[in-house]
Amino acid sequence: MNVLVYLLPLALLLGLTGLFAFLWSLKSGQYDDLDGAAVRVLSDDDLPGSGAPPASTSPAGLPRSGASKP
Amino acid sequence: MAEAIDYSIFVARSEDGLAQMSLAVDGIDCAACIAEIEDGVKALPGVVRARLNYSTHRLTVAWREETSPDRVVSQLEALGYRAHPFAGRAEESEARHARWLLRCLGVAGFAAMNIMLLSVSVWSGNVTDITPETRDFFHWVSALIALPAAAYAGQPFFQSAFRAVRSGRLNMDVPITIGVTLALGMSVLETALSQPHAYFDSAIMLLFFLLAGRYLDHEARRRTRATAGNIAALRGEMAHRLGADGVPVLVPVQALQPGDTILVAPGERVAADGVIASGQSSIDESLVTGETLPRALKRGDAVYAGSLNGEGALHLTVTAGGENTLVDDVQRLLDGALAEKGAYVRLADRVARLYAPMVHLTALVSAIGWLLAGADLHHAVMIAVAVLIITCPCALALAVPAVQVTATGRLFRAGLLINAGDMLERLAAVDTVVFDKTGTLTLPEPALALPRGADRALVGLAGRLALSSRHPLARALAPRADGPAIEGVTEVSGQGVEAVVDGEAVRLGSLAFCGAALPADLPSGASLIALRRGARTLVLGVEQALRPDALEVVDALKARGLEVRILSGDREAAVVPVAQALGIAHWEAGLKPADKIAALDRLKADGRRVLMVGDGLNDAPALAAAAVSLSPATGAAVTQAHADAVFLGRRLAPVLAAVDGARVAARLMRQNLAIAVLYNVIAVPLAIAGFVTPLVAALAMSGSSILVTVNALRAARPGRKDEASDAAAPAGGDARTLEEAAA
Repeated sequence: MNVLVYLLPLALLLGLTGLFAFLWSLKSGQYDDLDGAAVRVLSDDDLPGSGAPPASTSPAGLPRSGASKP
Repeated sequence: MAEAIDYSIFVARSEDGLAQMSLAVDGIDCAACIAEIEDGVKALPGVVRARLNYSTHRLTVAWREETSPDRVVSQLEALGYRAHPFAGRAEESEARHARWLLRCLGVAGFAAMNIMLLSVSVWSGNVTDITPETRDFFHWVSALIALPAAAYAGQPFFQSAFRAVRSGRLNMDVPITIGVTLALGMSVLETALSQPHAYFDSAIMLLFFLLAGRYLDHEARRRTRATAGNIAALRGEMAHRLGADGVPVLVPVQALQPGDTILVAPGERVAADGVIASGQSSIDESLVTGETLPRALKRGDAVYAGSLNGEGALHLTVTAGGENTLVDDVQRLLDGALAEKGAYVRLADRVARLYAPMVHLTALVSAIGWLLAGADLHHAVMIAVAVLIITCPCALALAVPAVQVTATGRLFRAGLLINAGDMLERLAAVDTVVFDKTGTLTLPEPALALPRGADRALVGLAGRLALSSRHPLARALAPRADGPAIEGVTEVSGQGVEAVVDGEAVRLGSLAFCGAALPADLPSGASLIALRRGARTLVLGVEQALRPDALEVVDALKARGLEVRILSGDREAAVVPVAQALGIAHWEAGLKPADKIAALDRLKADGRRVLMVGDGLNDAPALAAAAVSLSPATGAAVTQAHADAVFLGRRLAPVLAAVDGARVAARLMRQNLAIAVLYNVIAVPLAIAGFVTPLVAALAMSGSSILVTVNALRAARPGRKDEASDAAAPAGGDARTLEEAAA
């Protein structure tokens, strides 16, 4: 039964990691627009040569979800 | 020509000091729209952020000083999207509440899974070789997870139960709170006493299931409200306010203050209640009173918001601004109707009132019974607590909300936005449907009635002339134009328009203006408009057209055993043709708002439960007085606010869908309650006999919860006439949300 000494904390840690990942995603607004997330993946504006200026001047290639919170 | 609009009341400051505004955007239907709108708005100078929410069709824009809000709106218009800003403060607090519920759900899900991991080990250990020390250790770890998790995730229930008890009521959250608290308390005690059974998993699982139900319920209502908010915002009601310098500025109606002077152009809808300061005109008050014939107005007369101005420009002094645009006697009737209506006791609350005392009494009786039978105090109390845990109303608390969520989702797709949560229950019991005529059975905009053998060329010419007139009747005529608008049209105030075409004088307007004779073969309820070209005249009728499916819907309602009636504020001559066309035997015409309430009271006195469908301001008190009420989305704002649901589109079909959906929902609610009761009938004797172990409790409680939820999903099944695609969506949506919550 000695195995429990590290298995139990490990199981809890995994669960807590999942919980914090969920709370973080919730706080960062990833559940605010579920339908939008599904269609935004089809958007081509992050491809090179899709008419966007070079990456150094354009913010279009960056993921938009992180910084632009309402 | 773009006119400057003062949107400043919608602009707020964001945390980083930028000006920020939310807009409802219409016409978004594809993935490409997102990039097009966001990039298009970001291209404006000074715009820092533009983020479109595809689920709610809202755009949030933040900008520095260089851009003004109306440039954002006109940019969207240039891109082909109609947009209007709105102030969504109430919705923001709802969104916060939804996130809070989701956080609670996440915590409960995490705790439930980890405790179950330990509980399953204990259950299998109990029948094999677990040592008491290991079991106690597992129970203590469970307690360590369960107690903080329950303290956090149980808050929605604890708070609601506390509020209910403090105001002397009982709701379903009271037994939930008692059950969870007792289960946790007893489990800690049992663990301390090194007993084999603890109920941490049951308590947390209960919270998890209930939170999932509550979150879905909240989301379904929030989605409907967001859509209703978009529709309200996109009406984009504006008014020309005269500034101190006499220059009119276009402002949103929300910005109007009593005492402001507004300019109402011919053919424009009146934005606020007011008194005419100068000018004269005739005004179409069909949205206010149901009367379809225009009323002549002069200086000093009162005008109500929602009326359609006729041929003359008016200056109005606003008497009540923004959202209080309600006529006094309508307001008085409305207050009376609301006071008299009395609180409808929801099915779930009725069950809770019956259920809570019964359960607690059963627990007490079984404890006393075991004591009398010679058991010791500890054992007797354990039995009582087991009874409380097993009866904890998991299935019962989910029975009604689960059906409401699925049924609301189905009706949402049928074009029905539900305001009141208990509307489905009330609607299912309805036996009489009362329709208003103008704008409800008929379309809100008038249609053209041609006399037999009308000359097509003359009708086309009338249409071309109508393009230059802003008179309400001309709007019905304009689509018949057979060419571009005629140049050099002069408007003769109060009479009509005239022009010269191919050397011939042409006039469009009143019969007298054109010197036309009253025709014999036009419908009696129609408003008349005449055309004169040289010596020839043509008289056209403009009348209210029935909604395209009105006849089928009325027939279908009758086939379902409902009696259909009309209560209209319009003249008898206008009501009779509609009643005859639809085969409605019971109708009353020329009713004032008070008469409508009196008519509803008579129906109520006969023991009838009435569904009232109406759109006008004059219907608002009647809607509040009826058992259930529906209003088309084109109705007056006040009327929609008092309707239990609002329906979209030109068709009347959502009314039928509502009745059908409500009947299915009510049947499923009763079935679910029966399942919950049956579960208790089986489980409670087991608990009283002392056979309930934590394993049995966990199986019984989750089993019954899943059973009622699956049964509730049947409410989303399409009826005979619905599209087949209806069925999959809500089930998929619910499952998705649950998976995310459990992540």
